[in-house]
Amino acid sequence: MVTTEAAARRTDTPPRPRRRRGIQQTRGYRAFQVANGIVLTLVVVVTLYPFVNIVARSMSNEAYIIAGQVNLVPRGFTLDTYQLVMSDSLFWTNYRNTVFYTVTATLISITLTTCYAYVLSKKHLKGRGALVGIAVFTMFFTGGLIPNYVLVTSLGLKNSVWAIALPNAISVFNLLVMKAFFESLPTDLEEAAAVDGLNTYGILLRIVLPLSKAIVATMVLFYAVAFWNSWFAAFLYLDQQELWPVTVYLRNLIAGATGAENVGSITEANEVQAEATLKAVTIVLTTLPILLVYPFVQRYFVRGIMLGAVKG
Amino acid sequence: MSRPTTVTSPAPGPPAPPPPPPRAGRNTWRRALRRDWQLYSLAILPLLFFLIFRYLPMLGNVIAFRRFQPGGNIFGEYWVGLRYFKMFLTDPTFWNVFTNTLVLGALTLLFCFPLPIVLALLLNEVRTGSIKRFVQSVSYLPHFLSIVIVAAMVMQLLSVDGTVNQVVQATGGDAIPFLQRPEWFRTIYVSSEVWQTVGWGTILYLAALTTIDDNLYEAARIDGANRWRQTWHVTLPGIRPTMVTLLILNIGTFMAVGFEKILLLYNPLTYPTADVISTYLFRVGFASSNFSYAAAIGLFEAVIGLVLVLSANLIARRTVGTSLW
Repeated sequence: MVTTEAAARRTDTPPRPRRRRGIQQTRGYRAFQVANGIVLTLVVVVTLYPFVNIVARSMSNEAYIIAGQVNLVPRGFTLDTYQLVMSDSLFWTNYRNTVFYTVTATLISITLTTCYAYVLSKKHLKGRGALVGIAVFTMFFTGGLIPNYVLVTSLGLKNSVWAIALPNAISVFNLLVMKAFFESLPTDLEEAAAVDGLNTYGILLRIVLPLSKAIVATMVLFYAVAFWNSWFAAFLYLDQQELWPVTVYLRNLIAGATGAENVGSITEANEVQAEATLKAVTIVLTTLPILLVYPFVQRYFVRGIMLGAVKG
Repeated sequence: MSRPTTVTSPAPGPPAPPPPPPRAGRNTWRRALRRDWQLYSLAILPLLFFLIFRYLPMLGNVIAFRRFQPGGNIFGEYWVGLRYFKMFLTDPTFWNVFTNTLVLGALTLLFCFPLPIVLALLLNEVRTGSIKRFVQSVSYLPHFLSIVIVAAMVMQLLSVDGTVNQVVQATGGDAIPFLQRPEWFRTIYVSSEVWQTVGWGTILYLAALTTIDDNLYEAARIDGANRWRQTWHVTLPGIRPTMVTLLILNIGTFMAVGFEKILLLYNPLTYPTADVISTYLFRVGFASSNFSYAAAIGLFEAVIGLVLVLSANLIARRTVGTSLW
């Protein structure tokens, strides 16, 4: 990818004659368009290939994989491994955990972020600068792994959902995006509501939030994807395998960790379909939900990022 | 050359100015509290979050200067001064991982900073809207995957029976166990990083590109500039603020090079090139249970990171007039 893109920039200069001859630079530009098309096609192919490959491996017979013959299409098509993985109760337990952790953590995050962003968006508020500074400083300096671990452990949060949800409850980036959005809302509605006797909580719940559905949805997605994908906090703080999210299940599988006893028993149960397909199937099954919702949520992400960038 | 810029830094907000001017003092605070107490009450829980989970661990770093016993006081037992800092400064492994961190950080910056700009410029030249949107959608996709999935895919592609080795064998080479070879780790790390981040990295540039005034291109054309010169003299200056901002942010994460990804991809065989400060302190902390030593290393890393981002910001403000704050 690296070299082809660099090459494409260079093809800008030497023009390649093509069809009618126009002005020199028009021909050069056409050549560039062709090269550009090739480069972008390569980008698409390189991005998508690993997905195709993993699906092909997941549906192939182990023998063909070991022989190094599986690339784009499954060889010796079989869905046995899917059945094996899906019959592993630990896999489903871990999947349920992922859903549970994601929902809980996202709810906490969105509540805290909305409250704080709303407060920070009030320009007249005394001490606002300090409140912003407290948040922004943590973007550039953090306590680090060890003190965090000591803290979470001594608070007794280990082996509970709180160890995952609380230490990362507020993302400062999301906070700033939301603050920028609240600042862009017209103030007259809120002032009118205040005159009508609504208090701050009422204004936030009944006036501001209904106007902010789009940004709240975007933030929920940002948080949900982050928690869905996270594994390290769970890896660090959850000792029992019934508590793991599915990312840790996959991690232990690819790391060949001793913790995954159930997987071992699966492989023994079926000697033909062993490791390589197991990994591929687990990767496919963990990626699938993301791939399924991705086309529908992608634009919200883009919008959220744009908002943060342009307003910030 | 100089033109109005609408896209500014994504990280706004000045760092904390000290709260109340002493003169106005208590009286206005009392008035502010009386008027806005409901607003302040909404800030309580978030503030507790920041104090407990962000600022308390910063204080927790004192264990880098104190003897710490697991299960004991979270701020350690007694002072030992700079003992742990002296320890790692004389630890040859530390200097090895320090070098690895710098090399991986520099390589990441070298590829993952400019490539999104190149890709954004290429996308910007696509005239068919649907094709452009399709390429964008596809290139954003890897950003949404868990790092575990990315690592798993890397392992599958690079395994002895994986696609890369099939290509190697088809061209007459012998299969290489890439992930067992220290000389390959940097290539693997950087290319998987490129795969995962470059597409998503174009978003901000594409946003900045739409804000460039068409009249500028018009003027450039009248002056006889071809496409290439238009890109050089109009487009690039137009996205310069975005470039500077992202460069500063990238430099800020320089020291923290993909800790999680390395943890997933490395193994004792590849430690010579793959082990970085954060993974080393992870092992010191959790495999050898030497928390104070690990905290000292972590503090050192965090301070360097802070210094880097502050100086990058300062330099950017002095030289090109764009900065985060």
